[in-house]
Order: sequence, then C-alpha cells, then structure tokens
Amino acid sequence: MSVSARADIDRRVRVSSRGTGPRRALLWAALAILAVVAVMALFPQLVATQDPLRTDVRAALEPPSAAHLFGTDQSGRDVFSRVVHGAGRSVGIGLLATALALVIGLVVGTLSGIAPRAVDATVMRVTDVLLAFPEFLVALVVVAILGPGPTNVAIAVTIAAVPVYVRLARVQTRSLSLAEHVEAARILGVPAMRAFVRHVVPGVLGSLSVLATIGIGSSILAAAGLSFLGLGPTEPSPEWGLMLSGGRNVLVTAWWIAVFPGVAITLTVVSATIVGRSLRAGAEGRAR
Amino acid sequence: MKPLLSRIAGLAASVIIVLWGAATLAFLAFRVIPGDPVSVMLGPQAQVSEAVKDGIRAELGLDRPPLEQYFSYLGQLLQGNLGESYQLRMPVTEVIGRQLGATVQLTALALVIAVVLALAVALFARGRVSRGVVAGIELVVLSSPVFWIGILLLSVFAFGLGWFPVSGTRNPATIILPAVTLALPVAALLGQVLRDGIEAAERQPWATTVRARGAGQVRLTAHHTLRHGAAGALTLAAYLVGSLLGGAVLVETVFARPGLGRVTLSAITDRDLPVITGIILFSALVFVVVNLIVELLYPVLDPRLRPIDARVREVRT
Repeated sequence: MSVSARADIDRRVRVSSRGTGPRRALLWAALAILAVVAVMALFPQLVATQDPLRTDVRAALEPPSAAHLFGTDQSGRDVFSRVVHGAGRSVGIGLLATALALVIGLVVGTLSGIAPRAVDATVMRVTDVLLAFPEFLVALVVVAILGPGPTNVAIAVTIAAVPVYVRLARVQTRSLSLAEHVEAARILGVPAMRAFVRHVVPGVLGSLSVLATIGIGSSILAAAGLSFLGLGPTEPSPEWGLMLSGGRNVLVTAWWIAVFPGVAITLTVVSATIVGRSLRAGAEGRAR
Repeated sequence: MKPLLSRIAGLAASVIIVLWGAATLAFLAFRVIPGDPVSVMLGPQAQVSEAVKDGIRAELGLDRPPLEQYFSYLGQLLQGNLGESYQLRMPVTEVIGRQLGATVQLTALALVIAVVLALAVALFARGRVSRGVVAGIELVVLSSPVFWIGILLLSVFAFGLGWFPVSGTRNPATIILPAVTLALPVAALLGQVLRDGIEAAERQPWATTVRARGAGQVRLTAHHTLRHGAAGALTLAAYLVGSLLGGAVLVETVFARPGLGRVTLSAITDRDLPVITGIILFSALVFVVVNLIVELLYPVLDPRLRPIDARVREVRT
C-alpha cells in the first residue's frame, strides 16, 4: 500500500470518527435501515410473510397481530407484506430517477462548463428557473403535460431532479479544469480531450454522487406524492404512496393501513438524508 | 426619479417575458406530446365518427396551421381568455376563479402559521440541546410526505380526539388542520434558513459590539441578527410559494377540500388541456408577482441595497 493511499485512508477515518458518539450511532442506525430497505427491495420474498396480492375478504381490516404484523387492508391483504413488496417500486423509482438525473446532469453540466458562453448561459438560465421550484411541483407539471402513468411519473421525477446536478457539474467542471493536476496533465502533453475525460469528469462524478445520496430522498418523496394522487402505479400494485391513499378512506376504522407505509417512506428518506449529509461533511473535510 | 422609472420598466418587461415564455412552452408542450387532443377530450369509450371529430377540430381551430394557432392563442391570452374547459364546458378563467378563494385562504393561513412557527423557533430555541432537538424535528418533517403528515393529524385530532371537524367547508374550523399540515414543511425549511442566517450573523464582529453594549440575546436577535436571517429567507420566497402550491394539491386531496389543487388533479387525470394550460399560466403569474414583491422588499430589509440618495436622506433626517 502506497504512502499516499494510507494517508488518504487515515484522513478518511479521522473524518468519519470526528462526529460525536450519538451522531455516529445515528449514522449507523441510518445505514442499518437502508440495508433493511435494500434487502426488502431486492429479495421481498425473504422478508414478506405472505403474498402481497392475495385477498381474503374474511380477514379484512384486521388490526396488527402475530399473523398480520401490520394488520390487513380492505381486501384482507397483509399490510406488512405489501410494505415489504412496495420497497422495490417506491425506492426503485427514487433510485432510478436519481441515477438517470445524475448521468444527464453530468453530461449536460460538464459540457456546459466547457461550451461557448451563449450555450452555457442558456443552460444556466433554464436550470435557474427550474431550481426556483420544489421538485414535487416540477414533477407535477411534467405529469400534467405528459399524462398520468408509472413511466411518465418516473420521467417527471427524473426531470425534476436534473437541474441540481447540471448546476453542480458545471461549477465543478469550471473549477477542476483549473486545478493543479489537470494543469500538470496538460503540461505533460496529455491531449485536452483525454485530460478532460480522465482527470476532470471523475472528480465531477465524485461530487455528484455525494449529492445524489441526499437527492434519492427527495425523489422518493416526489414519486410517492404523485402515486398518492393516483397518477402513478395503479391498484393492486403494492406501492407506498398508493397504499396511503387507500388507507385515507378507512382512517376511522383502520389506522394501520395509513400509518405503516408512511413510516416506511419517512424512515427511508431520513436515513438517506443522514447518510448523504455525513458523506458531504466527509467530502468537505477531505477537500480542506 | 429616472432610475426608479427605468427599474419599473425593467421589472414590467421581465414579467411580460416570463409570462410569454410560460405561454409558449405550454403551447409547444401540448403539440409535442403524442395523442390526438380530440380523442383525449372525448375519452376512450366514446363512439364518435371521424366526421364529428373533424367538426370538433374545426370548432377548436385545431385544423389550422400551427403558427396561426399560436398567434390566435396569444391573442386570446392578451384579452384574458384562457379558452374553454373540455370536461366542464365553461371558460377556464371561471373554473380557476371559482376555486381560487378556497386555495388562497388555505395557503395564506399556512404561510402565516409557518412564519410564526419559524420565528418562534428562531427566537426561543437558543441552547445547544434545543437547537439539536429542533434540527432533528425539522429533518423528520422535511423527510415525511406532506400527505402523510395530513393523514396522521387527521386521524389523531379529527378522528381520535375529535377536536376538529373532518371535512366540509361550512365550518371555519375545518381549515385549521389542512393549514397546519401545509405549514409544517414550509416552517421547517424557513426555520433552517433563518437559523443559518442568524448563526452566521452572530459570528460577525458587530454582534460582539452589540453584546458589549449590554444587549441581551433576545434583543440581539430581534433587532439585529434576525434581519440577516430574514434576508436569506426572502431569497427562498418563490420556492416556498411553490411548495405551498404543490402541497395544496396533496393537502386538498387528503382533507377532501375544494380548491385549485383539486381542479389541477382532475384536469390532469381527465387530460383537460385548456385547464392545465390555464393553471400553468396562473402559477407563472403568481411566481412573477412573488418575485416582484421580493425585489421590492429587499431594500426594506437590507439598507445596503437602497439607492444612495435615499440613504443620504435617511441620515439627514
């Protein structure tokens, strides 16, 4: 192991252990929750106790019990299994939108950073306008134009997430193009294009990934809001936002249907935000 | 007087440009997306011959060249005519006008609650522990779907404790739970920005000077640092109004309240394009007006932004 790599690890360890006791405990709790959510999303059948789509009218609206951990809904479906199976769809759309937005943001932002001034100014103007609105509102307008449906919801949430990444990628490209190691590569005779791809783009990608960890949360929230309104997946798909809208109508008799999917959304988003913030603090510490 | 006039002219020009841009984008967007507006308008079940469809197309002017359609659309807009709703068969301005009141009441009350909450927290959560607790609550509120907060408040305070009526508009108390729901995320965001601004101002040398003159913590905040925090919060004004509008769609659905949000949602599900266009244009107008107010408020909050001669006059008096 080279000295510089060891120093790097050393610095990273120091940064991550810099937080006080409770803060570290919180970070570990957030990572644990995200791990559970990931298992639920990838292997729902391992966690779920029943088929999320199997209806049983005789067991409708039963409160939480040993047989049905989170109770049952109007059609007697097991709410726990539906929450578990919903993870794939609800978190998946957030992940997919964030990943796509990151790639689009990386391409548009880095190119805008080296593009002629007129192109750069136009791109920045458009992102400025989009950034002035909350993601949910932008996504809602896009769905209003494209029409409802799961695919259009995914497109809308992606478009709503893109501007932040474009903005950051452009700023990072500008500052990294002037950084010492890129300058050094240029002096050593590395062609401009190669220096850009090998030495600027990876650095930009690093900053964007940190931002993406926080962005996943807001994309999940925007997607859940659209499905709650009935603009995304339709019954009987298990999806957290959609389950909440079903639970809204039986709130008087069955609180559990509307509580557990909401807890799942909030816990996932809080955890993603905590991990993202800690990554960002680490990245800032390393930059200093 | 001249700089003021040219400033007003500049602001008016930017208002017109933004509205024209929004109108053009809405026009283009609906021509780019696939699908025949007439089939969409009639619904999938409709058994209508092509001849009848052509008749409707001619009536709506959809058979004319795009450029001609665009100019007649702009001309209509200039006269304040947003067209007619496909589904409701009435002018879009009337559809929006009828529901506007309910949403304005809801969002205005929510904004007041949010500002009061954020100010109270900024002024009174001073210690390290209380700031930590507040930051934690803000994180959870901002990470929860606003419609879920509404569902929880509804089940606890309306269904559980019975303190508030569940829905309906006759009873004025029905507005309280929706307004609080809508206010919570806004308050959390506003609180974060205010606190950041206040803390940054407290680290400035002049804050020490104020303290040295014997001013207490509350006086320092209320008379000095809050101004800095508020200037930061003002830059977010358009964003906050946006989250009130977006939140209104969700909150009105949760609480089954009439309003613009419900109109928007049914227009989206029914593909009622004139209503959607109208609402997009209306939101653009709100956005522009909010930004104008912010422009005018900045110099009030931050004396450094006032024109020189006004500052001189202030010193003389």
